Amino acid sequence: MNTPVRRLALVVFAMFTALLLSTTWIQFVQADDLRDRAGNRRTLIENYSRDRGAILVDGNPIASSEPTDDELEWLRRYQQPSRYAHVTGYYSFTYGAGLGLERAEDSLLAGTDDSLFYQRLSDVVTGRPASGASLELTIDPDVQAAAVEALGDRRGAAVALDPRTGEILAMVSRPSFDPNALSSHRLSAVDEAYVALTEDPARPLTNRAIAGDLYPPGSTFKLVVAAAALESGEYEPDTELEGGLTYTLPGTETTLPNFGGAACDPEDRPTLAESVQVSCNTSFAWLAGELGEDALRQQSEAFGFGEPLEVPMSVTPSIYPDELDDAQLALTGIGQFEVRETPMQVAMISAAIANGGVTMTPYLVEEVRNSDLEVIESAEPRTRSRAVSSQTAQQLTDMMELVVEQGSGQSAALPGVEVAGKTGTAEYGDSGAAHAWFTGFAPAEDPQIAVAVIVESATDNWAGETGGQVAAPVARAMLDAGVER
Amino acid sequence: MSTTTPTPSTVTSLAVRSGRTIEMLLLVLAVGIVTLAYVAVNLTVTGELPADVWWHVGIYSALAAGLHVVLRLRARYADPLLLPLATLLNGLGLVMIHRIDLVPGQLGTSGVASRQLLWTGLAMAMAAAVLVLLRDHRVLRRYTYIAMALGFVLLLLPMLPFIGETVNGSRLWIRIGPFSFQPGELAKIAVAVFFAGYLVSTRDALSLVGRRVLGLQLPRARDLGPILVAWSLSVLILVLQRDLGSSLLFFGLFVAMLYVATERTSWIVIGLALFASGAVLAWRLFSHVQSRVTLWLDPFAPDQSDQVAKGLMGLAHGGIFGAGLGNGYPYITYYANSDYIVASFGEELGMVGLFALLMLYALLVERGLRTAIGSRDGFGKLLAVGLSFTVALQVFVIVGGITRVIPLTGLTTPFLSAGGSSLLANWIIVALLLRISDAARRPISERRQDPSIDAAERAEAPR
Repeated sequence: MNTPVRRLALVVFAMFTALLLSTTWIQFVQADDLRDRAGNRRTLIENYSRDRGAILVDGNPIASSEPTDDELEWLRRYQQPSRYAHVTGYYSFTYGAGLGLERAEDSLLAGTDDSLFYQRLSDVVTGRPASGASLELTIDPDVQAAAVEALGDRRGAAVALDPRTGEILAMVSRPSFDPNALSSHRLSAVDEAYVALTEDPARPLTNRAIAGDLYPPGSTFKLVVAAAALESGEYEPDTELEGGLTYTLPGTETTLPNFGGAACDPEDRPTLAESVQVSCNTSFAWLAGELGEDALRQQSEAFGFGEPLEVPMSVTPSIYPDELDDAQLALTGIGQFEVRETPMQVAMISAAIANGGVTMTPYLVEEVRNSDLEVIESAEPRTRSRAVSSQTAQQLTDMMELVVEQGSGQSAALPGVEVAGKTGTAEYGDSGAAHAWFTGFAPAEDPQIAVAVIVESATDNWAGETGGQVAAPVARAMLDAGVER
Repeated sequence: MSTTTPTPSTVTSLAVRSGRTIEMLLLVLAVGIVTLAYVAVNLTVTGELPADVWWHVGIYSALAAGLHVVLRLRARYADPLLLPLATLLNGLGLVMIHRIDLVPGQLGTSGVASRQLLWTGLAMAMAAAVLVLLRDHRVLRRYTYIAMALGFVLLLLPMLPFIGETVNGSRLWIRIGPFSFQPGELAKIAVAVFFAGYLVSTRDALSLVGRRVLGLQLPRARDLGPILVAWSLSVLILVLQRDLGSSLLFFGLFVAMLYVATERTSWIVIGLALFASGAVLAWRLFSHVQSRVTLWLDPFAPDQSDQVAKGLMGLAHGGIFGAGLGNGYPYITYYANSDYIVASFGEELGMVGLFALLMLYALLVERGLRTAIGSRDGFGKLLAVGLSFTVALQVFVIVGGITRVIPLTGLTTPFLSAGGSSLLANWIIVALLLRISDAARRPISERRQDPSIDAAERAEAPR
């Protein structure tokens, strides 16, 4: 009976070999995939129990981890949740790193990023607990605070950029939320808060400044149309355009009026500069038809439309529609039909004009420091594109100054500072309800700050609010806080 | 975690050395490893050494030493590796169970380790009793049919009302007052004794008579009886107790022993065919079998249990070298101290640690099979094969289930899993193997003479 016993031993050998192979497969070959799998509680705890890096504005933390006595070891705290919720995002044990920088720079904050390799190595050697990198932001706390206070309870968003560098000085979205409610260690309360936030029809988790449903830009888009006109070489600021009381959309019976039904010019021949100043609908609808779809798309793209952008949160690309008929083309001239923009993109248009026609890539993180406070990454301003020539930029600036001095944007004016701007009142839906826009920069001849503000319509139908009335004061507060005098 | 060094003495100097000194040294090594692991777990998880640590180490050392002394007195020539291997595995199991106990506020499992230590003491005492009372394993052959009856009774015990208990959908447990017990664990020993006794008497009929078809020696129809009985028994377990693992274990045990007894490959082919048809049938009939198969193919299948997935993530977390004892999160996986204890080891000791554990098992099985080869009587040979193979098969079924070689079926991991019945059964298996190996390695000059048994053996020889 010994031969079959030996053969059986071979069977046993094969069985154990299978186990060794399967173990190798799981613990070596597949291990990384399994570790990174969504919902892997071990990875969550592992990341959560690390000293996560802080997020700082002007050296003061707006998010930091504090040691606790419980199993999770660290509690993530947000010091100014009402101001910075959409900048920081949240870091929850249950829901992981969500939104904002918590999500976009998770690996740096958690300390797992490749750039922290040498620090991790030295942590292992010295036996120090692993810790993440901290982020110093480009945010100007005064501008951010001004935007938050000026927006108040209104839904909307505000973005401020330094046009010379692309530094993001403010990024606000309303309504907001309290990330502390999600980072809490009372997990049942976290669940309740999360469900409440995700089910809230006001969508407080959406960062309206860079993501979410894009907004129709309304008359702020006239800047793009005017830029395309000037760049074409066939128009000067004083070129007269066709702009009557109404404009009949080509191929239709529909007539497009000016805002409030007013005339743009006594002779119905407003110049390009006048059209920008009073935000003339009829002349811009006509102008869009003259310039054509391709020219407008090219100009839009030169300002950054359609191109992905990470600041490091990703910004939804703005849209200039295609395959337009003539009526639709005319409507895009006043920022209607299917033109869609983020407030970030609107701010980038102003910033490009302010910066002599050159768009700087917006960024939010100024410096990355490891736990020894050594700077391991420092942001360099980067040119993104040339949107318009410096001459066009200067001409647009002049027109925008007129808007604030004597046109539709007078409530953005600051004493002693030249402000350039453009208002917008963007209809959406069929009920006539409209969002209020303002974008601009200051000081006009030496720009330090460019802003874009949108205040969403308070009601589902036309409440009589214009960009000049509702959005311009918010922009004014931000410019006031951002301009050095 | 290298634990055992091969002993060059086992075969060559069999007549000269008993191997007891080597056993003692290996036992010191085994208890030493367990002690280090125990201390490491306490220091890592709680940061301190409770006073009773040394008590526990002392008790465990005393138990191992006691068994060693029993071997010196009653089974001088027993295999010197079996006891240290079982001691090491049992000790590591205790450490891991204690480690899961230490998790604050999780599962409410604290106290499992002390209960397991109690069971360990009982099981090792039982092993000593077997060695003391059973002077010659051949005596068991007299109880072949009593063993069969006992096996049936033990297997069917959980089906009785009042004392039978369903746990996680399988009806494997009996509960009397505060004590619960899994009689199936002991049943496998009784069944192995029965198979060995039965097959040693009928092997000639089973192997020699029959027709050849396609190169296979097919048995006569009436000789098919026993294998059909064994098959229906395992199907019965499957249907009545809804326990895939035990069913597979019993049937595999029978086919392996039948093959060794008859040296006929046809039995394996027939056995595998019967098993395959049974498995397909079970898959078609039972939803819990279907979900096991689904999870085997895709552990992350939606709307299914995430037990397999959690085990895999635990193993992945351990990676090659493991998180370190006390540094992982094994308690996230369900049954981290019983069915899934191997995943807990994989998480904290890594692939390297699991390899070492598997090697310990492989070595244990190898010593058992070597005992079978060295055994001079057919009954001892078959019993040793059967007992060793159950250990191998059980490890394969549970570890293979966790690591997705086969669909997961609930089985205890020998010596490691929390649970008294399993410990008791496995220590008795080790005691029986020790007893058989003692007879196998005993020099002729010291061979024990038992006229009645020898006569029975002679009477059977000419058949």
